[in-house]
Amino acid sequence: MSKNSLGLKINGKDYTLDADPNMPVLWAIRDIVGLTGTKFGCGAGLCGACTVHVDGQPQRACLTSLKQVQGKQVTTIEGLTFEPLKRAWREHNVPQCGYCQAGQLMSAAALLTQTAQPTERQIDEAMAGNLCRCGTYTRIKAAIQTASGQKVSQTDARSESEQEAQA
Amino acid sequence: MSQFTAVQNFSRRDVLKLFGVAGGGLALGASGVSWSPMALAQQGTSESRLNLFIAIGEDNQVYLTCHRSEMGQGIRTGIPQVLADELGAKWDNVVVVQGLADERYGSQNTDGSRSIRRGFDKMREMGAMARTMLEQAGAERLKVPASELSCIDNEVVHSVSGRRLSFGELALAAAALPLPDPASLTLKSAGQYTHIGKSHGIVDMEDILTGQAEFGYDVQLDGMLYASITRPPVAGSVLNHLDDTLARATAGVVDVITLPVPIGAPSFQPLGGVAVVATNSWSAIEGRKQLSIRWGKSPNDAHDSQQYLAELSERVKQPGKVVRQQGPVNTDWPKEQTISALYTVPYLAHAMMEPPTATARMTADGVELWASTQTPQSAQQTVANALGLKVEQVIIHVTLLGGGFGRKSKPDFCVEAALLAKQTGKPVKVSWSREDELQNGYLHAISAQYFKGKVGADGVEAILQRSGFPSISSTFNASVDEPSASELDMGFVDVPLSINSLRCESVKAQAHTRIGWLRSVCNIQHGFGIGSFVDELAHKRGLPTVQMWRELLGSDRHETFENQGFTYGNYGDSLSRHPVDTARFKGVIDAVEQAMARQPKPTSGQGWGFAVHRSFTAFVATATLVEVTDNKLKVLKSIIAIDAGTLVNPDRVRSQLEGAVMFGLTLALMGQISFKAGRVEQSNFHDYPLLRMSQCPDIETIIIASDAVPAGVGEPGVPPVAPSVVNAIFAATGKRIRQLPINAHMSV
Repeated sequence: MSKNSLGLKINGKDYTLDADPNMPVLWAIRDIVGLTGTKFGCGAGLCGACTVHVDGQPQRACLTSLKQVQGKQVTTIEGLTFEPLKRAWREHNVPQCGYCQAGQLMSAAALLTQTAQPTERQIDEAMAGNLCRCGTYTRIKAAIQTASGQKVSQTDARSESEQEAQA
Repeated sequence: MSQFTAVQNFSRRDVLKLFGVAGGGLALGASGVSWSPMALAQQGTSESRLNLFIAIGEDNQVYLTCHRSEMGQGIRTGIPQVLADELGAKWDNVVVVQGLADERYGSQNTDGSRSIRRGFDKMREMGAMARTMLEQAGAERLKVPASELSCIDNEVVHSVSGRRLSFGELALAAAALPLPDPASLTLKSAGQYTHIGKSHGIVDMEDILTGQAEFGYDVQLDGMLYASITRPPVAGSVLNHLDDTLARATAGVVDVITLPVPIGAPSFQPLGGVAVVATNSWSAIEGRKQLSIRWGKSPNDAHDSQQYLAELSERVKQPGKVVRQQGPVNTDWPKEQTISALYTVPYLAHAMMEPPTATARMTADGVELWASTQTPQSAQQTVANALGLKVEQVIIHVTLLGGGFGRKSKPDFCVEAALLAKQTGKPVKVSWSREDELQNGYLHAISAQYFKGKVGADGVEAILQRSGFPSISSTFNASVDEPSASELDMGFVDVPLSINSLRCESVKAQAHTRIGWLRSVCNIQHGFGIGSFVDELAHKRGLPTVQMWRELLGSDRHETFENQGFTYGNYGDSLSRHPVDTARFKGVIDAVEQAMARQPKPTSGQGWGFAVHRSFTAFVATATLVEVTDNKLKVLKSIIAIDAGTLVNPDRVRSQLEGAVMFGLTLALMGQISFKAGRVEQSNFHDYPLLRMSQCPDIETIIIASDAVPAGVGEPGVPPVAPSVVNAIFAATGKRIRQLPINAHMSV
């Protein structure tokens, strides 16, 4: 391994890594820093499981090298503070297996930071790069709408549950 | 390590320490397949290995073991709900402990939609056992008859006097009591449930929201090495030549290790190949790219899935082996009354978001693994065999699974990690890439089905159906070249059609790759076949499809398939407990029909499609609304209704139905693994796409209220989805799609 001392700022904390500057941020933060909340899904920027924020912008950590984030702020799921979004996630009981959810949350947080009240189409576009094999899309969308103070636009599992309880 | 994977096998004196309970408490476990409970405190020898379902600390925390694997179905929430219900525990006081591989739990194989189906009564019994002991301890403390006490919200309550004692206060005394006779236990009636039937949020939510949830991919051990493995690209090919010079020269690479060649049928053996072991994942991946490998010849080198499917499609048009004959053989097929159709489904891959992964480390006594496995006991057995160890020398910790869908029921990746840990003498994590997962998996079988129906003036008089696909059994016995009975039980021979003549035949099909279970298994192709053909019969009859189904199902009855030339397996359950009940078919049909009627009328270019299917003893009906514009498909709405009897967590049932719709849409719209020259052609999500949010319809889930015994939930939602979509496309356009995936015919 080439001996490079690289400075990295993750979740507001400074790290010095002895790592190849070409190493993708994904593997550096998981294997070296030990923050494993950011997930591997495809290694090719196709699934969004590894989404982190670089200076507030959502980026695929599997395609972003350490040298590309020099002097920049990296935020991972461990450092995500966006309570309205997390509250909405709980309210809609969004995750199934949970594996893709870090990436989903990071993309959703970036969307809501830029667009406080996204339309359904804006949500579809912003979240298009995040795959979920379990099929939590309808709840992710509902949670984003709830977090942004909007009405849920599609059939809401919560109201179905209430109907069931009343029946 | 998050807390649920940190629980070790323990001796009696260690147990409370491991649970973090300072003072002591009650503990119950289940022994062997008979599930007879034992109290830990009753064990004479301090070294006895136990795993527990229930432990109560003096701090009033209730530790409940989930012995089955969490892969998104919500079982780490569901099993504790069942235990907590009979126990009378307060949900806020529940801490979930993940069970290790241990035969004393009974089967831990988390597939076949059976954790609740099979475990419901046993878990309730475990809860009731602990509750009875707590009540007895309370009776002695309060000097009142135990019959006057009840367990409510973590307290033993004497309602006459208003006195109450917390579980924690009674835990030690309860643990010292003799075990109650299981026959003496009184279980709650449905009206008394406190947690069963409640939509508790998933127990791992906070860990997921903070990035602390630990999946197999996330396991990190001190001094651990990371392995990336190049496996044979063609099933059965072996390493002919390896030049690893450049790989070894790659920064961070520690070793390059050739893995043993599998012998005989694939079973759960690793595929062999070459492992690059490094100090981090990236170095292993980069080093692997530098391997120079030549592979030897394989009998499967010529496998071409397109050509194979063409041959299979011809074979199902010829007579096969009769596997069900209801009524007389029909020999008269008048042309004007007969319709026939051929349906095909390609190979499919699991594509769970977390590819297979396992971490192993050698210990003084054997080996210890952390794995995202659906089947810890098979992993334990297979690793023991591979390393020449006894089963009890192999410890398997089950992490959270980033999806499973049947792939993680095969522990080949666990064996890879164990072999490499042994060879390197260091802890090793084996992580499959996406390409590995798609190209070296255990695929869902490619299949063809042929249907012929005779439609008379008064209804359908005869149906002949044939099915052909390489069998999962071929993975375990290389000589198998035809579908097995248990596979044909999945939606092929078990459809209760009330017609004069029904003949089901299977045809031979050789395997050329590892075939495995995929969510709902053979119900995928069989549900697609019958679900599509009934729609075609409806068109011929001039009836709405729901009406065609009602006509075919006939009178309300429990179909037993007697004297039809086969014995129906019914997913391992008895027909008396889980009947093939035509009235319950009609119940979900009615519910979906009514929900459809509440929707606006389809406009031009739109159409509804319908299908119904019973699998894993649950009944599911689905209607899908599509719009086709300029040969581009948009799925607008899905309505899906399930009758799965008693439900533990209705919200998780709904989430499984939502997921089943998306799983079914993915395979119907885009699912295809193809082979050329023996190799899988797809490599990642660009050519094996999954449904994205923008393709996801509005989904309405309907639960049929029922106090019948619990049926399966995880899989039964999938089979009717694909036929409902092609039926909807037919309704919208008049175009009948019989060969999946749909994106071979129109853009999606």
